[in-house]
Amino acid sequence: MAKPFSVKRQRGFTAMAIACFAALYLPIFVLVIFAFNSASSLSHFEGVSLRWFHEAAQNKQVVDATLRSFHVASVAAVIATLVATMAALATTRTRPYPGLTFKYALLNAPLMIPEIVTAVALLIVFSQVKGWIGYTGIGYLIAAHTAFCVPFAYLPIRARLENMDLTLETAAADLYATRWNTFRYVTLPLLWPGILAGLMLSFVISLDDVVITEFVKSAGQDTLPTYMLGQLRRSITPEVNAISVVLLLFSVLVVTLFFFASKRRN
Amino acid sequence: MSQSAIRADYRRTLTRRWLLSSPALLIVLLAATGPLLVVLLYSFLKAGPYGGVLPEFSPEAWIGVVMQRGLFDDTLSIADAHLAIFWRSIRLSLETTLLTLIFGFPTAYFIATRPPNTRELWLFLITIPFWTNLLIRTFAILQIIRNDGTINTVLLKLGLIGEPIRMLYTDGAILAGMVYVYLPLMVLPLYASMEKLDFRIVEAGYDLYATPFRVLRLVIIPLVKPGIVAGCILVFIPSLGAYVTPNVLGGGKNLMIGNLIELQFGQGRNWPLGSALSISLMAVVMAALIVYVRNADKTGGHHG
Repeated sequence: MAKPFSVKRQRGFTAMAIACFAALYLPIFVLVIFAFNSASSLSHFEGVSLRWFHEAAQNKQVVDATLRSFHVASVAAVIATLVATMAALATTRTRPYPGLTFKYALLNAPLMIPEIVTAVALLIVFSQVKGWIGYTGIGYLIAAHTAFCVPFAYLPIRARLENMDLTLETAAADLYATRWNTFRYVTLPLLWPGILAGLMLSFVISLDDVVITEFVKSAGQDTLPTYMLGQLRRSITPEVNAISVVLLLFSVLVVTLFFFASKRRN
Repeated sequence: MSQSAIRADYRRTLTRRWLLSSPALLIVLLAATGPLLVVLLYSFLKAGPYGGVLPEFSPEAWIGVVMQRGLFDDTLSIADAHLAIFWRSIRLSLETTLLTLIFGFPTAYFIATRPPNTRELWLFLITIPFWTNLLIRTFAILQIIRNDGTINTVLLKLGLIGEPIRMLYTDGAILAGMVYVYLPLMVLPLYASMEKLDFRIVEAGYDLYATPFRVLRLVIIPLVKPGIVAGCILVFIPSLGAYVTPNVLGGGKNLMIGNLIELQFGQGRNWPLGSALSISLMAVVMAALIVYVRNADKTGGHHG
């Protein structure tokens, strides 16, 4: 039976696309299934159990790494979003001024530099600084994460600002609102979705980082991803699957929230 | 307002804008881009015996990028090992780019031609892996291709093979992993330019008796070229600097540039060489970006 002619049809494209979607999701699906394996094998499924979730929750290293991951991600995301909001306000809705291009380039630079290069650069600099001032705490990780989160926070906020014209702000100023009140009661409420998007993106990005964390962390500062990387180099048990499932759920939750929030906005 | 008052006001605005943006600029400068200058400096210093550097100028690291010294005498020869790793990185990155394009193009086209109400859902299905931890996705592939992984288990059960096929720790494993991991990076920019595709032009092609393949080749591909270029750059650049995927799927032997750099800061204890390699990687990435920007300018810059 011939299908009705459509200008959009290309032979084999639909099959290829479906195959791609299947290939994207099947490995993740296998990973999730084996997290519920009652045996310690990654190849033979012997029965459904929550054993490995329990083991992960009992494992002090895992719990510490989880808390550290969320600690670093939340502090880095909040600082990055705060400074990115200020920077976005300073770099949008203006005639070009000296240094504007420089600011754009610098704020987006972390996206352009290969992660491994930033990682070794920070390793070199922070090991020097550690030698000078003796502080070896979590601050280095937070600083590194904040820096690479800045562009992820900056881009959605800037995009949002560029879609807002200055009419409402001008109206507020005409009504003798102070600069702060205009910002507080006009700009900020309109900008809020962009700020939230920036916050969520930078949180997820920080939570997922492996390479930079691996090089910057001091001994005993594993985050969840670097702990998992360490496990992958040894013998793997479904505990890694269980941790992956939890991280996966969390990312999916954030992305879903973001997706529906942006959909409702449009 | 007088001329000078306007100028003073403009200056105040400028100052305010610089103050507002300075915290973000400072953070990026201190913890992302500034340290690169230190890497550049380190690449011209002498390696310390236990890692680190000695404060002495030495071009040794840059020579070491492509040359190696004999073990017993000082003769220089081409560093085959390094060149092999460079070549592997570039080859694997190009192959990754090509394969993601071959798989990603129909996928993006499929999403772009769905009716608007389901299109968002398909797009969402691509976005989820995009935001999923790269390590988790690499691990998912590891689990599939291990000797006792899913593929071998299934093939053994079906009796198609007598013993497991060794797939892990090969270049093919790295390639499969990178294609898997970077596919969404190709699909998203492709989709962005296909979404804007005007199908009346495609229809005009059919009216002129073009075959579907000729329409694809002569109408659709030229129109979505900015998306193709953007996707290729977005895949090529992280592939070239990939560290996690070759580390997990390539084992210790099949290195890429990223792993070679790491090695110099770990067991290799040759920080200057690691720095010189990092700068070389940066240079290649910058060259790719310049090609991209040139291309975007030519096509009017309507990309992504």
